[in-house]
Amino acid sequence: MYSLLWLVPTIPLVSFFLLMLVGARLPKKTIAAFGAGSVGISALLALVISFTFMTSPPPQHAYTQVLWTWIGVGNFSPDIAFHLDALSVVMMLVVTVVGFLIHLYSIEFMREEEGYSRFFAYMNLFVSMMLVLVLGSNLVLLYLGWEGVGLCSYLLIGFWYKDPANGRAARKAFVVTRVGDAAMALGLFLLFTQLGTLNIQAILEKASLQWATGSTYATAAAALLLGGAVGKSAQLPLQTWLPDAMAGPSPVSALIHAATMVTAGVYLIARTNILFTLAPPVQLLVAVVGAATLLISGFSALTQRDIKRVLAYSTISQIGYMFLALGVGAYTAAIFHFMTHAFFKALLFLGAGAIIMSMHHEHDMFKMGGLKDKMPVTFWTFLAGSAALAAVPLISAGFYSKDMILWYAWSSKSGGAVLWLVALIGAFITGLYTFRMVFITFWGETKGHIDKLPGKTIKIPLIVLGALAIIGGFVDMPHTLGHFAPFSEFLHSALPEVNAFELGLGTEVLFQLIAAAAALGGIYLAYQLYLKKAIHSREVSRGAVRGAVYRFFFSGWGFDWLYDWIFVKPFLWIARVNKGDVVDAIYTGIAAVSRGLHNLVRRSQDGKVRVYAAGIALGAIITIAIAVFL
Amino acid sequence: MANIPMEHGLLLAGVLFSIGLTGLLVRRNIIFMLLSIEVMLNAAGLAFVVAGSRWGAPDGQVMFMFILAMAAAEVAVGLALVLQMYQKYKTLDVDSASKMRG
Repeated sequence: MYSLLWLVPTIPLVSFFLLMLVGARLPKKTIAAFGAGSVGISALLALVISFTFMTSPPPQHAYTQVLWTWIGVGNFSPDIAFHLDALSVVMMLVVTVVGFLIHLYSIEFMREEEGYSRFFAYMNLFVSMMLVLVLGSNLVLLYLGWEGVGLCSYLLIGFWYKDPANGRAARKAFVVTRVGDAAMALGLFLLFTQLGTLNIQAILEKASLQWATGSTYATAAAALLLGGAVGKSAQLPLQTWLPDAMAGPSPVSALIHAATMVTAGVYLIARTNILFTLAPPVQLLVAVVGAATLLISGFSALTQRDIKRVLAYSTISQIGYMFLALGVGAYTAAIFHFMTHAFFKALLFLGAGAIIMSMHHEHDMFKMGGLKDKMPVTFWTFLAGSAALAAVPLISAGFYSKDMILWYAWSSKSGGAVLWLVALIGAFITGLYTFRMVFITFWGETKGHIDKLPGKTIKIPLIVLGALAIIGGFVDMPHTLGHFAPFSEFLHSALPEVNAFELGLGTEVLFQLIAAAAALGGIYLAYQLYLKKAIHSREVSRGAVRGAVYRFFFSGWGFDWLYDWIFVKPFLWIARVNKGDVVDAIYTGIAAVSRGLHNLVRRSQDGKVRVYAAGIALGAIITIAIAVFL
Repeated sequence: MANIPMEHGLLLAGVLFSIGLTGLLVRRNIIFMLLSIEVMLNAAGLAFVVAGSRWGAPDGQVMFMFILAMAAAEVAVGLALVLQMYQKYKTLDVDSASKMRG
C-alpha cells in the first residue's frame, strides 16, 4: 500500500497540467470532475494509506519512498523522496480530505465565474504542492512545496484580477511572506554548511549530536526557520498580509488561508522540533510570538465589519495558539489544534462564502442579519463551527484542542503563568468576537435580500465539516475525561512528549473550569451586547478615546500604517529621488564622452574630395620631410 | 640628350608635379581636376625617364609605359564617373558631391 504514496501528490498535479493545457476548451462539468475528482482520488488513497499506517505500522513508525535523485552536485544530493510518519499522516489526511470537501463546494460556488478551469487548475496545484510540503523527506523538497503553495496563494488571492485592489492584496501577500521565506532559505544554507545534509531525519539526528543545547548555530538555525514559519503562518510581525488575502474567493480563503497553507509554519516547527529544543531562547520566542499574536489579532477581530476579515483575524489568532503550544513543547497539542482548526475554520469560511454568495457579494455583517431562518443549513453548520472556534465546552472539537494548549501553557516546564493568562484572555475574546459575528449575522432583523440559496454541493461539505467540527475533538480526551487519547499516542511516534510538571487531576479540572468559564463568559458578553442589546454596542466605541482605540483595533493595531512608514514610504522616496538612477550616470557619462569625440572627428569627414586630396598631399609631404631631414 | 643634367630634369618633374597638385587642390571643376592628375602622372613619368637615362637603364622607360597605360585606364574610369556625376547633380563642381560627409 505504501508504494502508492507518490500518487497522492501526483494525481492533483496531473490534473493541474491537464486543466492548464486544455481546460479552457472543456465543458464545466468535465472541469469540475477533473478538479474535484483528482483531489477526491488522492483523498481516498490518503485514507487507505493512513489506515494501513494505523493498523500495521511500518518499522520505526516511518516509511520513506525514494523516487529518484533530484540534484546531484558533490555531496549535495537531495532526493525526490516522500517521508511518511505519524505527523505527515495527520497533515496529509487533513490536506486531502478538507481539500476535497472544499473542491466539492467550489464546483457550485464558482460556477458563474469566468476562469472556472483556471480556478480548479490553481487549486489542484495548491493541493499537490501542499502535499509535497508535508510529505517531502528533505528540506529542499519541503521548500519546493513551501514556495509552490506561496505561488498558488498569490495566484488565487488575485483570482479576480480585473479589480486592481485584488492584485495589490496578492502582491502584498507574496512580498510579505517572501521576507520570511528569505530567512528560511538562509536557515537551510546554514543547516547544510554546518551539518552537510538537508535530509530532515539526518538533520535531526546530527543536530542533537553536534550541537549543544543553546549553542550559537542551533539558535541561529532555529531562529531562521522561525522566520520562515512566522511569514507563512501570518504571525507577528509578518501577519499583515492575511486580512488582505481575503480578496480571493471564499473557497480559497477556506483552503489556503485557514485550513492548510497558513499552518505550514506550525508543521515546519513541529517537524524540526529537535532544533527548537536545542535552542531554548528561540523556543521561548515561539511561545511569546504566539501569545502576542493571538491577543493582538483577537482584539482586531472584535472590531471588524467584514465577515471574512473577522475570520481572517481569528485564523491569525488561532495559529497564535498553535505557536504557543509549539513554544511550550506541546507539539501534539499544536497539531491537534491544527486539525480541529482546519475543520472548523474551513467550515466557517465556506459558510461565510455561502452567505456572501446569497447576499449579492455583501461582505458587511451589519448588512446581513436575521439569516437564521432563511438559511437553516448554513446557520446550523456555521453555529457548529463557531462553537468550535469559541471552544464551547464538551460538545465542540475546538474545546479539546484549545484546552490542551491552555493546560500545557501552564503546566509545561517551559510554560508559565503569563503565557497561560494571555491564552485565557484570548479564549475570552475568541468567544466574544465569534458570537458577535454569529449574532449580528444570523439574528436581528433581515437587512438584505436573499435571491439564491446554496445547493447540494455546497451543503454537503458544510454538513460534513460541521460534523467534524463537533466530533473531531473526541479523538483526544483530556485526563479528566477518561484519558482516551489515541491521537496523542499516535503522534508520539513522531513527536516528543511534552515535558510537563505533574500537577494532579484536581488542578487540571480547576483549569478546565476556568478555561470553560472564559469562553462561555465571552459568549455571554456577546449575547448581552449584540442580542439582548443590554449595552448598545455603539456606546462602546463612542467618545474620542474609545473611538481612537476602536480605530486602532480595526486597523489591526496599525501594523500596516507602521510598515508603510518604515518600509514602503522610504522605499518609494528612494525610488522617486533615484528616478534617473545614480549608478547609471557613469554609463550615460561614458556614452556622452564618446558621442562628443564622435562629433569632433566627424568634422574631418566633410565629403569634399579636394580636402581629402590636400590631406593626402600634406601627409606625403610630411612623410618625405621626415625621411629627408631626420 | 645626355648633356642635360639630371638635376634639371628632376627639377622640371618636381615643378610639373607641384603645378598638377596645385591644380588638383584649387580647381573645383572635376574635368580640370582630372587634367591636373594627368599632369602629375606625367611629372612622375618624366622623373622615371630622367632617372633611367642617368643610369643608362631601360627600366625608367618601361615604367613610363606602365604609367601611360594606367593613365589611360584612369581617364576611362574617371570620365565615366564624371558623366554619372553630371547626370546626377547637373554640375561639374566636386564640392556639390559631398553627401558622404560624416
